[in-house]
Amino acid sequence: MADTPLIELIDIKKQFGPVIALNGVSVSVMPGECHCLLGDNGAGKSTFIKTMAGVHKPTSGEIRMNGQKVDFANPRDAMTAGVATVYQDLAMIPLMSVTRNFWMGREPRKGWGPFQFLDMDKANCVALDEMRRMGISLREPEQAVGTLSGGERQTVAIARAVYFGAKVLILDEPTSALGVRQTANVLATIDRVRQTGVGIIFITHNVRHAMAVGDRFTVLNRGKTLGTARKGELKPEELQDMMAGGAELAELSSSLGGTI
Amino acid sequence: MVEQPSGAAAADERIQRQSGLRRAFVRPELGAMTGTVLVFVYFAIVAGGTGMFAADGIMNWGVVSAQFVIIAVGACLLMIAGEFDLSVGSMIGFAGIVIALLSVHLGWPMWAAIIAAFIVAMLIGMANGYLVIKTGLPSFIVTLASLYILRGLTIYFSIATTRQTIIGGVREAAAGDWLAPLFGGKILGFVFVWLADMGWIDTFKAGNRAGQPVVDGIPMLMVWALALIIFAHILLTRTRFGNWIYAAGGDAKAARYVGVPVNRVKIAMFVFSAFCATVFATCQVMEFGSAAADRGLLKEFEAIIAVVIGGALLTGGYGSVIGAALGALIFGVVQQGLFFAGVESSLFRVFLGVILLLAVILNTYIRRLITGER
Repeated sequence: MADTPLIELIDIKKQFGPVIALNGVSVSVMPGECHCLLGDNGAGKSTFIKTMAGVHKPTSGEIRMNGQKVDFANPRDAMTAGVATVYQDLAMIPLMSVTRNFWMGREPRKGWGPFQFLDMDKANCVALDEMRRMGISLREPEQAVGTLSGGERQTVAIARAVYFGAKVLILDEPTSALGVRQTANVLATIDRVRQTGVGIIFITHNVRHAMAVGDRFTVLNRGKTLGTARKGELKPEELQDMMAGGAELAELSSSLGGTI
Repeated sequence: MVEQPSGAAAADERIQRQSGLRRAFVRPELGAMTGTVLVFVYFAIVAGGTGMFAADGIMNWGVVSAQFVIIAVGACLLMIAGEFDLSVGSMIGFAGIVIALLSVHLGWPMWAAIIAAFIVAMLIGMANGYLVIKTGLPSFIVTLASLYILRGLTIYFSIATTRQTIIGGVREAAAGDWLAPLFGGKILGFVFVWLADMGWIDTFKAGNRAGQPVVDGIPMLMVWALALIIFAHILLTRTRFGNWIYAAGGDAKAARYVGVPVNRVKIAMFVFSAFCATVFATCQVMEFGSAAADRGLLKEFEAIIAVVIGGALLTGGYGSVIGAALGALIFGVVQQGLFFAGVESSLFRVFLGVILLLAVILNTYIRRLITGER
């Protein structure tokens, strides 16, 4: 069991008309593993996770969950199968309360027949509890998500996905817009979720963030997998070079005093 | 893993305790509530002695307010779902003419004509929604087109079949019908007779109705208004579908990603808006005993204004049915109250414009409070 990946994408190709967005990408995630997907802008990260999340159908290639071939017709399918995606900016609706966001699309109800009403007590209670488990104490569950910081919003989205039974959690650049402290919080959350046996695919272009929590690293460039490495097999600088296409960045880096 | 103690509200020293006042402020209805109180105080002072607050006076502005409420409720849910319907006014005229043509001109039974009008109007509402979803165009433009198309068709059908833009004889056609009283009837008449007997409300002094109370019952229009408020409020705040309405208007893409059927929700709200317009039209046709092709003119804007005064955001995702109903009440009270107070009625529009502007500014400010935007 332990050597069957939760989800496995084999040689995924995706074409939009004449444009080849993905040209053979293979990635797998084991239970409790954090697999970092690195790549510069335009490398195909977004297309790839949308394929995994059921938004796009691959032109060719295979998706397997627990060894079984699966076909996601739409995001709902993928979610039912246990693949949850937390998008960078589209995770939450700021005007709605934390509770209403948390349960959005799967609101708990009580009553019968046409008289099924929201079970707000349960909804508030669970939302508050789950947020506390992620290390965020809310003033009140009715507060609007707009009052939360960016990191907290990501955490609500992650808590939501985990609560609703995500086995594979795809995080789309969850740290890209965050400050140092908030980034640390989100990374800690990722670590916490990983320990519960959820497989995580962490998309980022920040090598340092990837190194902090990643177990394996796959670099995408121009729609292709450049390679996958285990933790400790690669130095941060090597990852950085692979992402950006090596030579040019090295040149740029030296002219900037090696700070990139 | 650090377990926070429960009730850890004060765990983060940067989170200030919000005062109750501030929290009350961040409610969509607050502006409308304040406005309602102000409006009533104002007219109690300037028109207190004019009979505005006697039974027949109350019925006067009550009916007008109820009319606004009916269309405002539909517009409210639709606006929270992130869309507009500018065809409401034309829909009122259209549905009225459909009822009159079918019942008077074609001799259909009244109940069949009413049901047919509801079906046709709701199908048009569905078409509005479907076009908005499929084309991805702003609903503002799509329903502006239906505003003209429907109004034109209404006048055309009316003239082509009867050579008139007003079709009378509806009351006669509705006599004895089982469905018509649901829109044109009055209830609780005996209560008012009793009230008059007790001397608490006036009776007619002369004429063929001498001795009868000046108010002979609650018109069904008001009952519909109340029923729609209760229905829409519960739907919005207490049901799963209500949460989807907020979500669809708040951020359609985010809602779709978690599996909310945004398209279905939006189309359903267009249908509901058409339903409310048809309720309005049917009540009006039954009350006047006629349908006219120019009925409902500008009603779409009045509905939107009531909703905005009620605290809803034009951008969707935020608002309340109670607020919209209060907005409609303010609307009705002021429109009729200026008449009681003997103020030049053209000033009503000035008032509307000013209060609309104030409401939008207040709403924008509240939005910033909620979302923490700068």
